[in-house]
Amino acid sequence: MNLVNTFFNAGVFLESLPQLLWGLVVTLEIGLVSIVAGLVGGLVLAVARLYSPALIRLFIRAYVDVFRSIPLLVLLIVVYYALPFVGIRLSPFFSAVTALSLVSAAYTAEIFRAGIEAIPHGQFEASAALGLSNRHTMVDVILPQAIRIVIPPLTNNCINVLKDTALASVVAMPDLLKQATQAQALAANPTPLIGAAAIYVLLLWPMVAVVSRLETHFSRGKR
Amino acid sequence: MTVTARTIISVRGLVKSYGTFTVLHGIDLDIAEGEVVCVIGPSGSGKSTLIRCINHLEAFSPESIITVDGIQVKPGAALAKVRAEVGMVFQSFNLFPHMTVLKNVMLAPMRVRGMAEAEAAQKARELLARVGIAEQADKYPGQLSGGQQQRVAIARALAMQPKVLLFDEPTSALDPEMVGEVLDVMRRLAGTGVTMVVVTHEMGFARQVADRVIFMDGGRLVEMGSPSTIFDTPREERTRSFLRAVLNH
Repeated sequence: MNLVNTFFNAGVFLESLPQLLWGLVVTLEIGLVSIVAGLVGGLVLAVARLYSPALIRLFIRAYVDVFRSIPLLVLLIVVYYALPFVGIRLSPFFSAVTALSLVSAAYTAEIFRAGIEAIPHGQFEASAALGLSNRHTMVDVILPQAIRIVIPPLTNNCINVLKDTALASVVAMPDLLKQATQAQALAANPTPLIGAAAIYVLLLWPMVAVVSRLETHFSRGKR
Repeated sequence: MTVTARTIISVRGLVKSYGTFTVLHGIDLDIAEGEVVCVIGPSGSGKSTLIRCINHLEAFSPESIITVDGIQVKPGAALAKVRAEVGMVFQSFNLFPHMTVLKNVMLAPMRVRGMAEAEAAQKARELLARVGIAEQADKYPGQLSGGQQQRVAIARALAMQPKVLLFDEPTSALDPEMVGEVLDVMRRLAGTGVTMVVVTHEMGFARQVADRVIFMDGGRLVEMGSPSTIFDTPREERTRSFLRAVLNH
């Protein structure tokens, strides 16, 4: 049996391609919903950590630390297999989205916090001296400057979320990886797996390249 | 300055400490509406801290009382009102680097006073013309010289039509050849009736423009009086030695 026929079997690949593309759609759905939820959650946590009373700040710090420590696979299995014991039954899709968003929000909160802290203190003072409210200080002065700083690490985080969607296959979500393993079983040939790997790379490579370019761009344009 | 002018800033028993280190040891000070007060003194004498307490950029001991135009300066809803009436110009300009010069000047009137955009833009252009940089309105702060940036910062503070302007060493971060253009703008402002409190090392400016000069050292008001009193016939030995050191070189 030769290598090409085993791993790069054109016939098997073409036959499994529609199935893989359906899997890609599911992967993108999980990924995009988790990315958006994680971004919103992370921004809220980062700003709240700046302005809340001490107790809430402590709570947010604990949240960020816990969800950055817990392995995503463990969290996903807890959400899908353990929560039903307390009556919370989430579909595979929402289990995956919940686990991914909770973790992504923790990382995003740290990224935004670092971005906000990188803004010189004088910007906060000038805003305060003008009488701007906390909200306007954030929306008009701090965040527009912080966004420039956080775009490369945020894009990195998006890449990680998209990659981690593959874990959803363990809760029977028909994502790209799950479809590939099923097609592999059906065809008794690993080509669909190679195909799935190639699709992941094709999807993420441009984003990785964009991050590299942004990083050089921003380090050059530093004020 | 007329004798009947009413008090606009009142400072009573101002104490400020960082932990066990006391920066201000009970300052009492009244400043009249329209008065131009220059605060001089060595580094670390607490002069910047004093004016930063007036708009509560620095928190101070709760027993101390500062009022601006009758409103007590303390954390809470009234603080926004105080800050809207008190403009500040910083040593390091602190312009918003992601906005054009025009937007820098327009922002606070729109957000704090609710001014319409067209009106804010027109007012901003007038102010930029007043500080002599109308033609720079659409540039970004990073494209301007230090002197121009500081003049934008003055226009930005003026846009709120403040009753009081605080200047925290406004020329200390400037190249020497740009100090003059900023002092010129401040000199013209001093004639417009706005109350000014200026922390400065520019003794020539203080002598020419101030109604009153305050000499601070070690967190205390050592001596205050008219420029001629302070510069020509200071009573305190500490004032004399400071002036000797800064004037004789």
